Amino acid sequence: MKKTIIFLTCAITAVSLFSGCNSAPETSSITLSDPEYYQKFKDQDMSINVYNWGEYIADGSEDGIIDVNAEFEAATGIKVNYTTYATNEELYAKMKGGGADYDIIIPSDYMIARMIKEDMLMPLDYDLIPNSKYVMDTFQNPIYDENNAHSVPYTWGTVGIIYNKNLVDETNIDWDILWDEKYADQILMFDNPRDAFAIAEIILGYSLNTEDPDELRAAAEKLKEQKSLVQAYVMDEIFDKMGAEEAALAPYYAGDAVTLMADYDFLGFAVPESGTNRFVDAMCIPKTSQKAEAAHMYINFLMEPEVALANCEYIGYSTPHTAVYEQLDDEVKNDGFSYPSDEYLEEKTTLFVNLSDEANQLMQDLWTEMKSSN
Amino acid sequence: MNQNKKGNGMLSYLTASPYILWMIIFIIVPLAMVAYFAFTDSNGQFTFEYIKSVGQYTNIFIRSIWLAAIATIICFLLAYPVAYILTRLDKNIHSTMIMLVTLPIWMNFLLRTYAWMTLLGNNGIINSILGFIGLGPYKLLNTQGAVVLGMVYNYLPYMILPLYTVMIKIDKSILEAAQDLGCNGAQVIFRVVLPLSVPGITSGITMVFVPAISTFIISRMLGGGSNLLIGDLIEMQFLGNSYNPNLGAAISLILMVIVLIIMTVMNQFDGDDDKVLI
Repeated sequence: MKKTIIFLTCAITAVSLFSGCNSAPETSSITLSDPEYYQKFKDQDMSINVYNWGEYIADGSEDGIIDVNAEFEAATGIKVNYTTYATNEELYAKMKGGGADYDIIIPSDYMIARMIKEDMLMPLDYDLIPNSKYVMDTFQNPIYDENNAHSVPYTWGTVGIIYNKNLVDETNIDWDILWDEKYADQILMFDNPRDAFAIAEIILGYSLNTEDPDELRAAAEKLKEQKSLVQAYVMDEIFDKMGAEEAALAPYYAGDAVTLMADYDFLGFAVPESGTNRFVDAMCIPKTSQKAEAAHMYINFLMEPEVALANCEYIGYSTPHTAVYEQLDDEVKNDGFSYPSDEYLEEKTTLFVNLSDEANQLMQDLWTEMKSSN
Repeated sequence: MNQNKKGNGMLSYLTASPYILWMIIFIIVPLAMVAYFAFTDSNGQFTFEYIKSVGQYTNIFIRSIWLAAIATIICFLLAYPVAYILTRLDKNIHSTMIMLVTLPIWMNFLLRTYAWMTLLGNNGIINSILGFIGLGPYKLLNTQGAVVLGMVYNYLPYMILPLYTVMIKIDKSILEAAQDLGCNGAQVIFRVVLPLSVPGITSGITMVFVPAISTFIISRMLGGGSNLLIGDLIEMQFLGNSYNPNLGAAISLILMVIVLIIMTVMNQFDGDDDKVLI
């Protein structure tokens, strides 16, 4: 009951908060590597359109953490029009639908590969992004984007299982627990086919990027087996449901688990021993951008160590930024899942790549069929 | 006389032109685009393939129609007495009561639906209260019943308002005449008020059934994602794993045809000339 009241209060105050003061500081309060570099478009009344995930940038709403967009405006004089999306597919649909005029987008790995294939992204000019030197070696030349020609990594993480310590007593949690009848109706599951299929594919020993129709069908069969045990197929509703102890187990992204566990002591997070999906979200410039140089400037700004640190602390996802990683508390570095060992990352995690249209379509059909079956 | 009539016609065209323009740009053109996408493939070639492939989702269509119909009937049963009582109330408190009826729609649709998630959950308020008297917990959330509840809760005002608008116009003297001629209370309602309020009933049903059959957020939030409705299916074609606007358009088009058929059948019951148009 308390939760509902809090929720309603939040909802009401949120309205007043959003209308609250949002004015940019006169001058930037942070230390920039090369202040001169950011002066180029000063007093030109320029603006760029940034399209990012929800809750995916430090916005000054927490004490002691800067408002990144306001700082950028103060440092460069370029106004940031900031909007958010909830899924890669939503971003893709917006870009495909035409009429979208974005200068910066931050898709995930497989979506970057798809956009490169469909010639939707601009090759980056690394002379304009001196701060790209901070990208960790592990994140250079990824399979989704050769030589990082179109993207600069922003955050990364792994998929694991959030569990309620009061309800789950197993210590060695692996994917098959999501098929354990003991937890019938206590399991939440991803409400998107790619992530859900990945879990079934790991259990069946297939590649996370399989395009084999038989393997995809077998994975769908596996998910169908699980359906009677699943309480609900959800995405960000996981925050509320796990927080209210509505469910015992939910697969989700490590960065969000960090946020959840900070609020609720009784939650834990397990990175399954049998392997998992590793994802990277990276900054890109759409080919349609008219303000490419200002967009490069924005990417460089997000790579400023102080800015990247603020974002890392606010978002809770793992960072691919060397200078930020060095400044992290040992507690975070060694929490067991934010920064798994190189060995684990190398051997047990897989990045998604873009699937063929046929495989995507088949996966979508199988998913619809599974979800509408009784 | 003729000229006068012509002048009036001109004037009415002129005054209607802003809406006609609006309608062409924002209703006719988008509908034509939906039809265009439904009958073409990704290369713009004419095809029936997508329209045909909608057939595989028959069970989802049936579930949507079924749930929307139940929600509409419940809305009607709840709304009719309310609307009738409203018309019987003192004029001074009419506007206050109408305001109270519309009060829930002042709050954002998503927020209202979200609130039901916390109410219906296993550890939610309803189950907590039931727990105090030794019952439950019952599985309320993530069921078809929860989806219907969400529809009824969200669309009830849209049933009450048209019913009320029609009923308030019924001449009191007709009701008195019926009573004078020996009708008891029930007979007045069933034999006089009900037939006279048919236009309100049809528009109320339309205003509840149409949004209910195409909703996707209610079924997602309250149905646990496993009670797929047509709205979810359409959304998946645009925001799902495969971007397939042609299939999405085909499903939308067929949904429109189904709604049109149902509404035409509905309107057969409404022979009255002065229909309440939405």
